[in-house]
Amino acid sequence: MTVTTENLGSPDIEALPERDSLIVRCWNLVRRQPLGAAGLLFIAIMTVMAFGAEVLTSINPEEQMFEHMLEAPSWEFLLGTDNFGRDIWTRIIYGARTAMLVGFFAAFFGSVIGLMLGVGSAYFGGKIDLIFQRVMDIFLAFPSIIMALAVVSVLGTGLQNVIIAIMLPMIPQCARVVRSSALSIREIPYVDAARALGYSHGRIILRHMSPNVMAPFLIMFTSFVGQAILAEASLSYLGLGVQEPIPAWGLMLQGGAEEYAESAPWAAVFPGLAITFAVFAFNLFGDAVRDVLDPKLRSR
Amino acid sequence: MKRIMARAATLGVGLAVGAGFAVGALAATPKKGGVLEFVVASKIPSYDGHQESTFGMIHPIRPFYSLLIRINPENPSSATDFVCDLCVGDVPKGTDGGTKFTFKIKQGVKFHDGTPLTSADVKATYDKIVFPPQGVPSTRKAFYSMIDSVTAPDADTVVFKLKFPSGAFIPALASPFNFVYSKKDLDEKGYSWHKTNVNGTGAYTFKQHQPGAFVEGTRNPDYHHEGKPYLDGYKAISAPKMAVRIQAIRGDRAAIEFRGFPPKARDDLKKALGDDLTVQQGDWNCASTFVFNNERKPFDDVRVRRALTMAIDRWTGAKYLSKIAIVKSVGGIVYPGSPLAATEEELTKISGFGKDIEASRAEAKRLLKEAGVENLTFDLHNRAVDQPYKLVGTWLIDQWRRIGVKVTQKAVSTGQWYDVYRKSKDYDVGVFANCQSVINPLADVSGWLCSASNNYTYCKDEELEETFKAMNKEPDPAKQRVLMRKFENRAMHEKVYGAMVLWWYKINPHRSYVKGWKIAPSHYLNQHLDNVWLDK
Repeated sequence: MTVTTENLGSPDIEALPERDSLIVRCWNLVRRQPLGAAGLLFIAIMTVMAFGAEVLTSINPEEQMFEHMLEAPSWEFLLGTDNFGRDIWTRIIYGARTAMLVGFFAAFFGSVIGLMLGVGSAYFGGKIDLIFQRVMDIFLAFPSIIMALAVVSVLGTGLQNVIIAIMLPMIPQCARVVRSSALSIREIPYVDAARALGYSHGRIILRHMSPNVMAPFLIMFTSFVGQAILAEASLSYLGLGVQEPIPAWGLMLQGGAEEYAESAPWAAVFPGLAITFAVFAFNLFGDAVRDVLDPKLRSR
Repeated sequence: MKRIMARAATLGVGLAVGAGFAVGALAATPKKGGVLEFVVASKIPSYDGHQESTFGMIHPIRPFYSLLIRINPENPSSATDFVCDLCVGDVPKGTDGGTKFTFKIKQGVKFHDGTPLTSADVKATYDKIVFPPQGVPSTRKAFYSMIDSVTAPDADTVVFKLKFPSGAFIPALASPFNFVYSKKDLDEKGYSWHKTNVNGTGAYTFKQHQPGAFVEGTRNPDYHHEGKPYLDGYKAISAPKMAVRIQAIRGDRAAIEFRGFPPKARDDLKKALGDDLTVQQGDWNCASTFVFNNERKPFDDVRVRRALTMAIDRWTGAKYLSKIAIVKSVGGIVYPGSPLAATEEELTKISGFGKDIEASRAEAKRLLKEAGVENLTFDLHNRAVDQPYKLVGTWLIDQWRRIGVKVTQKAVSTGQWYDVYRKSKDYDVGVFANCQSVINPLADVSGWLCSASNNYTYCKDEELEETFKAMNKEPDPAKQRVLMRKFENRAMHEKVYGAMVLWWYKINPHRSYVKGWKIAPSHYLNQHLDNVWLDK
């Protein structure tokens, strides 16, 4: 018996499509999510302003130049000056730092703590879940701004306390959304398998369940950043946020709007526009993230 | 024909001018009726004038009460023109070497509940203010340290006996907070009753108080100043936000705000309302200061305190800050313009008042280096009220930045602000204000005494106390002035327990139809409203 061996050669493996370049991927994103891309662009600009403030302007944002008080926009002062003669352009640039700092940290801690609590609540279930959800109900019963005002009243003003005040109302919101996703994940066999292997509760929650609720988490996180910027501006406008002379958009609005809305509108208009664009950008970007991560919306 | 036309024209012009004069004369005659609506920026802690010290109480509540004497409502800017309110005739001169003052009390005056006023009511009121029983608060008790006794020998006589003659006595007696209460109320209802109830002899009777919203008063038909008040009543509307108060006047929802607006608001209102707006303005017996926590390091070191006051360019600040805030004049601890106030030459010798700011700041940096706190950072405790507290605080921070000191502003609500000073003592440097009513420098500077209840520097200084006592007992004005300089120098230059920033400037824009009210050098004064009328 002759055995002939055919040289089968290497099987024809279908060549994997080449990965698109970064530029192409960006272009695709712009094509598919033009509004989200515009939002991302503004966020990028804000980030550059926040981190590169010293490069973008040579003026100290706290420098009072009384001889230039309430000057209209000019080549010397692009967006004019406020009642202390401070350059509004410089203060908006440095204000982006305050906005990003508060927005990012409040949103990050609010959503991460919410994630842990939401997934934990779903994982343990039973009485723990029941009690935990009722506690969340109590927190959710308060409007966010009212709760933030109450927290600031107790803790006092200042950047750190403002972050805490804005973060707290975000925790139950995120926990509630994440819990609903985690409830279905809890029933998937790999969670039982992890339990059978003797993994600790913490490991199962953090390493096995949490990564699978990233889609709702990221959506919540991006929308929280916008909300946090708006909340910081609101608190500052009410005099309960960061304090003068720290450059913050809400504070600038409060200082300019009340007394100088008619005679020096630039003092209120430009910080107001900065707040509007920032919140709008994060909302657009958050919507785009949701569209990309949600399979139902992605297929459309 | 031409002649006839010319005569007719002349007659017409003559009639028109005559009518104008007639209208002018009529306009000067007070009209009766109408309700005055005004806005108030602060809340009412209680109705008891003897324990409160805020305009938030004075503006809505003062019209319900009378005083023994008051500043002349027609000449409220004067520091020496006082007239009887519940007494008869002129304000008495001191007898027995200036240690005895005898007041004759008006007859036929009735409290709003119908009880007749007697000298016993005046005595009971001043006993509560000057000699309050244990636990009964009397905020200005220290102003009356010269009083030995108050007696009522008969129903229409009250006698004040002093321990020593004092020029501060009569001005102190005219304090707008010294509401005369009924002895019957004090005896039967207790010393706390007036915190929540009203029964005075003032031009208006209490109608209602909706907390946080408004207070209403109605004309008192039995008022003891004949023919007054002119108004049917008033409504004091609570409006904490300045923008709301400005818009209330602009939209004619309120006719006046008695505390004071910044220059910008005045200009905007004038531009918008033209002749419908009248502006009254003048110096204010109120000054922004900053105080050091002398118990806390490094502020227990006089070099650090001196460096921080030397960094402040008050002369330039006065020029520019006065455009955006209710501050204006550079001055020492005494109301500028008073004979006891420091001259500009005397002032420039005090730390922080020199005119060469660069030299002053160089010295400030040297002092900080010498004290080992070159990179000093601290929190500035402030009141969350824009005018002028937060504006002054923000300006101070920039001044300190110029000598390399980094400061964080902590602005808190009025209640918390006081709590920190009075209870927790948890502050480094704080913005404060010394606001007084009747110009009475000898009493007004008492807040600089380490022992004063409203001195929050927690200092101890016997020499300052002794100088103050000597100054108050000194009858010779020239020697009194020398002692005042010594007192001022000790408090602000040698020890720098705190420092003056700028004196305030009072600007009261109001609807032109509000007549009869004259601006005083204090937002506490001339608020009885019995001479106010509406030219509508």
